[in-house]
Amino acid sequence: MPERTVVIASRTGLHARPAKLFVQAAAAQGMPVRIRIGAGKSVPATSMLAVMALGAGHGAEVVLEAEGPGADSALDSLAELLSRDLDAEEAPDA
Amino acid sequence: MPEPVAGPVPGSASESGSESGTGSGTGTGTGTGTSPETGTGSASGTGTGRFASGTLRGLGVGPGRTAGRVFRMAGPLPLPDPVREADPDRELGEALRALEAVSAELAARASAASDPAASAILEAQSFIAADPGLLESVQENVAAGMGAAHALDAACAGHREALLAAGGLFAERAADLDDIRNRAVAAVLGLPVPGVPDPGHPFVLVAEDLSPADTAGLDTRTVLALVTEKGGPTSHTAILARALGLPAVVACPGAMRVGEGTWAAVDGTTGEVRTGIGEEEAAGILRLAAADRLRQAASSGPGRTADGHPVELLLNIGSAADLAPGADAEGVGLFRTEFLFLDRREEPGFDEQVAAYEAVFRAFPGGKVVVRTLDAGSDKPLPFLGAAPEPNPALGVRGLRVARGRPGVLDTQLDAIAEAARVSGAQPWVMAPMVSTVAEADDFAARARARGITRVGAMIEVPAAALRADRLLERLDFLSIGTNDLSQYAFAADRQHGGLADLLDPWQPGLLALIAGCARAGLAAGKPVGVCGEAAADPLLAPVLAGLGVTSLSMSAPGLAPVRDALARRTLQRCREDARLALDADGPERAREAVAADR
Repeated sequence: MPERTVVIASRTGLHARPAKLFVQAAAAQGMPVRIRIGAGKSVPATSMLAVMALGAGHGAEVVLEAEGPGADSALDSLAELLSRDLDAEEAPDA
Repeated sequence: MPEPVAGPVPGSASESGSESGTGSGTGTGTGTGTSPETGTGSASGTGTGRFASGTLRGLGVGPGRTAGRVFRMAGPLPLPDPVREADPDRELGEALRALEAVSAELAARASAASDPAASAILEAQSFIAADPGLLESVQENVAAGMGAAHALDAACAGHREALLAAGGLFAERAADLDDIRNRAVAAVLGLPVPGVPDPGHPFVLVAEDLSPADTAGLDTRTVLALVTEKGGPTSHTAILARALGLPAVVACPGAMRVGEGTWAAVDGTTGEVRTGIGEEEAAGILRLAAADRLRQAASSGPGRTADGHPVELLLNIGSAADLAPGADAEGVGLFRTEFLFLDRREEPGFDEQVAAYEAVFRAFPGGKVVVRTLDAGSDKPLPFLGAAPEPNPALGVRGLRVARGRPGVLDTQLDAIAEAARVSGAQPWVMAPMVSTVAEADDFAARARARGITRVGAMIEVPAAALRADRLLERLDFLSIGTNDLSQYAFAADRQHGGLADLLDPWQPGLLALIAGCARAGLAAGKPVGVCGEAAADPLLAPVLAGLGVTSLSMSAPGLAPVRDALARRTLQRCREDARLALDADGPERAREAVAADR
């Protein structure tokens, strides 16, 4: 199954706003995408609760997985999203 | 001076409670007369007899003082007795409709909220209420025979546990689920949603913890202050209280035991909540608070004590975008340059850096701008640095230490600062973070001066550097004390650790002694020593710092007016006396009390 490993760049981790942006993007892919940490259990990338419960902090390495036609480009775009600091638009030191 | 009022709640963090030994029992209806009273306090009762006068202490997260009667958030809804439901389809339909309605309501509140931070939080919550994982759990619970209310309750509880298990910031989102649970269960049961009380007059809102939805909907005309038993300095309650400009105290043990309708004084600067004051005292505090606001709004110009001793008031910024128009500051005391480097696979180029620094220099023509070179490392990892993970990142290769392995990053940054200074005609002050030794200071100064930078300094965050401030100032032109990191390293207490917040209190006399040593070295050398941590924005502590000999205070824009006002109301001699009182105290509460009593 195609996979991508990516390091969470957002300062607060995959939490709050970054988690929401990621989950929305995953839902827009039109195919089931799952996310996990290392050898842990994978969870649906469309569930914000499940994604936040991974506890993926800043610098954590996560693995994205999907299958089927278009899986590679879907994974690429989601991996690119996670490698950006999605908190950067928020007020610093809030 | 009379002893402060005893803290009546067991486990209260108040040091004063253990001192006086007369703290009355919680909820025993002990008369107010048994507690010692503060000087001006009236001994009149609470109206309910539930709670005697006392001082609770938490973390002040929204500055300012106020007073009013306490009203508590309504508690969670009682669930009906569980029965095996006969019609699972109907139960599921009810539960899902309730979640849908909650999601829609939160979305509507998000678009109605005027504050962008509040709006973003509500939007995320609306999203969680429609989460496929949550819907799936509800379905499973109904399939297992639960009714709608119990299915919703159990589903939210399950996901709540998972978030708590994730810890840290993730655990703070547990309050979101509590709120969604309360709203959805109320909808199913046809009961009003627990929420902000409406006593029909201004009040102090006390809660276990406040959900983002509650704080976003708060009416600042009727809510005087927020006090929560739980929460921390980064909780939503804290962030939103600051955005709304409400005095707020979080992590305040005993707050939920304060009787409904009790008069209380809340000081969001010191974190003190005094209960059992009389209505007259409350009115006096409100008059003082109104006078504070008027005076602060009217104050302007450079920082001065009452007798004209200058204490520069400066801004902490992350980029030119943080330079709020109209911020009444004498310059920039801390220009963090990390923003250029975050979110980057490769080091930002020379030209890009020049443009960013030049924008800030040009914003303060002829004014002071203190640039801090890149403060990164394995605790704030940047991909292009390629730092290996370390077991103790805060004690690892961070700040100036990065230059040990990657001197090119620092050299390029210094080149860019020097070039930006040249083209803008500015004379920036440039300092390195995490300097520990004279040798490190020497090396940094040599690199900076070789590029024509004339004002070279160091951040004081490491206790060893504070202890050698005099030697550092033989090589450097100035020092700037980062109190947050200096606390962390002096008290061996992680800045992120909520349970150790008392050790990180900037009023800790041990910290003040380190600051005093640096300031003394600065006075002896005739060179500036500033403070650029959170401590600088505490209007009670600012005069203490000035009295210790600190020459500048740097903070974010909202802190400037209260600090300017606090300085203007004291002579330098008074500041020195306050500094002596604070240094002489045995703990932060004592230090604060001694100085506040002198107010």
